Amino acid sequence: MADKQNLWHEFKKGLWQDIPPFRLVLGTCPTLAVTNSVINGVAMGLATLFVLLTSNITVSLLRKIVPGQVRIAAYVVIIALYVTVADMFLAAMFPPISKALGPYVPLIVVNCIILGRAEAFAQKNPLMPSIMDALGMGIGFTMSLAVMGVIRELFGFGSIMDIKLLGDWFEPWIVMILPGGAFIVFGFLVALVNYLSRKKAETICH
Amino acid sequence: MNNVVTKMLLVLTVIGAVSGGILAGVFHVADPLIQANREKELKEAIFVVLPEAKDYKVMEKEVDKEKLAIYKGIDAEEKLVGIAFIADGGGFQGNIRIMVGLGIDYLKLKGIKILEQNETPGLGNRIKEPAFEGQFKGLEIKPKVEYIKYRKPEKPNQIQAITGATISSDAVVKNVNNAVSRVLKAFPQEEVLK
Repeated sequence: MADKQNLWHEFKKGLWQDIPPFRLVLGTCPTLAVTNSVINGVAMGLATLFVLLTSNITVSLLRKIVPGQVRIAAYVVIIALYVTVADMFLAAMFPPISKALGPYVPLIVVNCIILGRAEAFAQKNPLMPSIMDALGMGIGFTMSLAVMGVIRELFGFGSIMDIKLLGDWFEPWIVMILPGGAFIVFGFLVALVNYLSRKKAETICH
Repeated sequence: MNNVVTKMLLVLTVIGAVSGGILAGVFHVADPLIQANREKELKEAIFVVLPEAKDYKVMEKEVDKEKLAIYKGIDAEEKLVGIAFIADGGGFQGNIRIMVGLGIDYLKLKGIKILEQNETPGLGNRIKEPAFEGQFKGLEIKPKVEYIKYRKPEKPNQIQAITGATISSDAVVKNVNNAVSRVLKAFPQEEVLK
């Protein structure tokens, strides 16, 4: 029973308490760069989730074999392998998404979330917790990108998932789909998440 | 000590070799699909810029050590309807790749289609909208394609630039002009028509 609770905790922490871009402030590059529409953000999040899951599994399984001195080198090779697989898969099966994400898929290699989870979690923990950790972090990351995408697409194009929501009276805020808008939305969301967690902590204390 | 070094070498070598093997396997499966996607995209673009074409033939030449290719569009009766070629060049940010269709009169464009671009969303990337691409239909290439701002084009070789995206509009026009002049030089009309 305690075991199950532990697994649940490893999963849940990525969704709020340690949600990657807003609380850990890891993986901000894709969070800023590919969230000008919901579809792009979700696709990037899912690709990252795939790499995170597979690399966490591999690192966890190999944790007793890989000598400490060369662990980072080994992780980078493993992560690069899965990223290349994800990149080829998208290019082969979903060319439009692959095109829209451009160079950001290969850049998952240097996404700190993945190396970070391998180093901070998977190399010290058995398989099941590592899987739960990867799923929680990956889903948390995907949700964050989706939220960024919803806000930016709504104000920048007046649509969500390419469906027009706001009528012709709405003048799109071009800045929202440019890099500047990414920083503005990101800043507000970090502030909001921090504010909500502080409030939560206060209610528990008192 | 020696033991540790051997283990490090062994583990990294094995990880590298296994990863390489897996990648080779995935590539073997994925590459034909990726190539097929590219070819399909190219094909569709050719039929967009040469609407009457039912099939096409590739014609290649080497000019200044650079490979130049045109696609001769032919209709159901095997008659030549025009040629298509790729115009590749810099935009506002990154590359713009355009498929250009030229009529057999070697004077009027049949259309263009933007294949790749990284222009600013909402501004520069409007070059791929039909409203902009459509302006190139029937456009004259002599003396060269030009753009004007804020008002309707007056001459048969002019298009109207997108407001707020002059650089991107200019880049498209420049790329088209460059590609046209290269193709005109490398593939003279008599040679293509025969």
